[in-house]
Amino acid sequence: MNIVVLVKYVPDATADRQFEDDFTVDRVNVDGLLSELDEYAVEQSLQIKEKREGEEITVTALTVGPEAAEAAVRKALQMGADKGVHVVDDAIAGSDAIATSLVLAKAIEKLGAETKVDLVVGGLASTDAGMSVVPAMLAERLGLPQVTLASVVETQGDQVRIKRDGDVATEVIGGTLPLVLSVTDQSGEARYPSFKGIMAAKKKPLETWSLADLGVDASQVGLGAAYTAVEETAARPPRTAGEIVTDEDGSGAKALAEFLASKKFI
Amino acid sequence: MAEVLVLIDHVGGQVKKPTYELLTLAAKLGEPSAVYIGGADGAAGAAEAVKGYGAEKVYVIDDAQIKGYLVAPKAEALAQVAGAASPAAILLPSSAENKEVAARLAIKLDSGLITDAVDLDESGVATQSVFAGNYTVKGKVTKGTPIITVKPNSAAPVEKAGAAAVTPFEVTISDAAKTAQIVASQPRKASGRPELTEAAIVVSGGRGTGGDFSAVEGLADALGAAVGASRAAVDSGWMPHTFQVGQTGKTVSPQLYVANGISGAIQHRAGMQTSKTIVAVNKDEEAPIFELVDFGVVGDLHTVLPAVTEAVKAAKA
Repeated sequence: MNIVVLVKYVPDATADRQFEDDFTVDRVNVDGLLSELDEYAVEQSLQIKEKREGEEITVTALTVGPEAAEAAVRKALQMGADKGVHVVDDAIAGSDAIATSLVLAKAIEKLGAETKVDLVVGGLASTDAGMSVVPAMLAERLGLPQVTLASVVETQGDQVRIKRDGDVATEVIGGTLPLVLSVTDQSGEARYPSFKGIMAAKKKPLETWSLADLGVDASQVGLGAAYTAVEETAARPPRTAGEIVTDEDGSGAKALAEFLASKKFI
Repeated sequence: MAEVLVLIDHVGGQVKKPTYELLTLAAKLGEPSAVYIGGADGAAGAAEAVKGYGAEKVYVIDDAQIKGYLVAPKAEALAQVAGAASPAAILLPSSAENKEVAARLAIKLDSGLITDAVDLDESGVATQSVFAGNYTVKGKVTKGTPIITVKPNSAAPVEKAGAAAVTPFEVTISDAAKTAQIVASQPRKASGRPELTEAAIVVSGGRGTGGDFSAVEGLADALGAAVGASRAAVDSGWMPHTFQVGQTGKTVSPQLYVANGISGAIQHRAGMQTSKTIVAVNKDEEAPIFELVDFGVVGDLHTVLPAVTEAVKAAKA
């Protein structure tokens, strides 16, 4: 069985994230790391492999991104993925979700040319753009079904069952491999790389592919090929702290009730 | 004037408020046409509902053959409506499923997609709130038919009579689209409270509740508000994940947000800092949440909230 897990290198959410002059996300001057939400995808991929003991299963971590994005693949290898693929090409900078899904689809097709890809696993969203659309776009491009936003994942043979907490109901969703799966942060704490895992990762294969390797033309990706254009970005003015009172014998409740009344909430 | 398709958000034909907000926004771009995908018995009620908000046409797609299948059939259905109507834009309420429908649709129609818009102007420029609400971005779709998912509370619905001409629409759904299926569904118990993302007021609790949400729920009910929770409260098992406000939960933008016993980590701020008015109650005067508030009380939520609840009830009596 061949599992491909999608990992994204993102600016650290606790750092001062910003935009470049062309309105693309600054991915160079801000510390980056493997998107926290993709760690859950790596974890579930590894758990599927561990639960299906005795089967030959390969977990491949795949990323598309600048040079530094290799760190995201490295982290996945340290956690336990078997091999890594990093698609890097100057032309990719500024790509939107549509172009990113194209590059991912071509990379998965290339991986599948060697051994059929049975399962593609992604996270809930990236922690930068956060659109949550790449798994669905990828499924559409690959002609695969999608079972997404799983909080529990079970597989048996070629059957996949997930549980997801929808807005109006908790659902069990079933699908047949091959398919695209995405998991949420409710699916189970992601493991930390062990010392052994970190050492082992240094010997694991990590391939670097260019657009030419995938047969994608540079004109199909990047900012110039984007289907949307940003016209302006503005830092939201920081909220200024308002009045803070300390409660003493009920004074806090009284003051809060007066505030709510002054704003016509009561 | 070109049509603008609006996917109706409904449960069994009961149309939900975000649909009216989208119809109001759609009228800025062209002639609003509502698209109903659901049971045949709910269609008339849905058509009547959207008629009051300017829908000139209502495409009715009977979901008998696709019910229980996820995302892909809806994307195929919308692509076929778009093929027939050549709309100026397609608007969908921003939900987890609709964003995925929009994603597939964007690939099918070779068109640009903007998700989670919080406003939309006459020229199709959408406003988004990004980086945990720290930045506002304005942008537009430049290729194909603009597909835009819009968050609840993004516009005030404007009542306006439309023709709401019912147009039954036959769709052909591929077998490939019918491969991921809902095998069991447990409807959530109705709380009687407004929906978190649509509510005008949200009262939330965090670690500081110690697991006892009664004071939070009491105030929420007195104010007619929805109840929310921080990730800490959800991870502790005190509240289900569907109540979580934050980056990996719901993003809310109500008129009033009351954070109780919530420190205000970036995870949480990402889900609430675009709220109009923010109030916090926290024992810890150093809690970062106090940097955001319009009004804050340093105190024990278990004594402050019940007293505020009484004051609210007294004022409403």
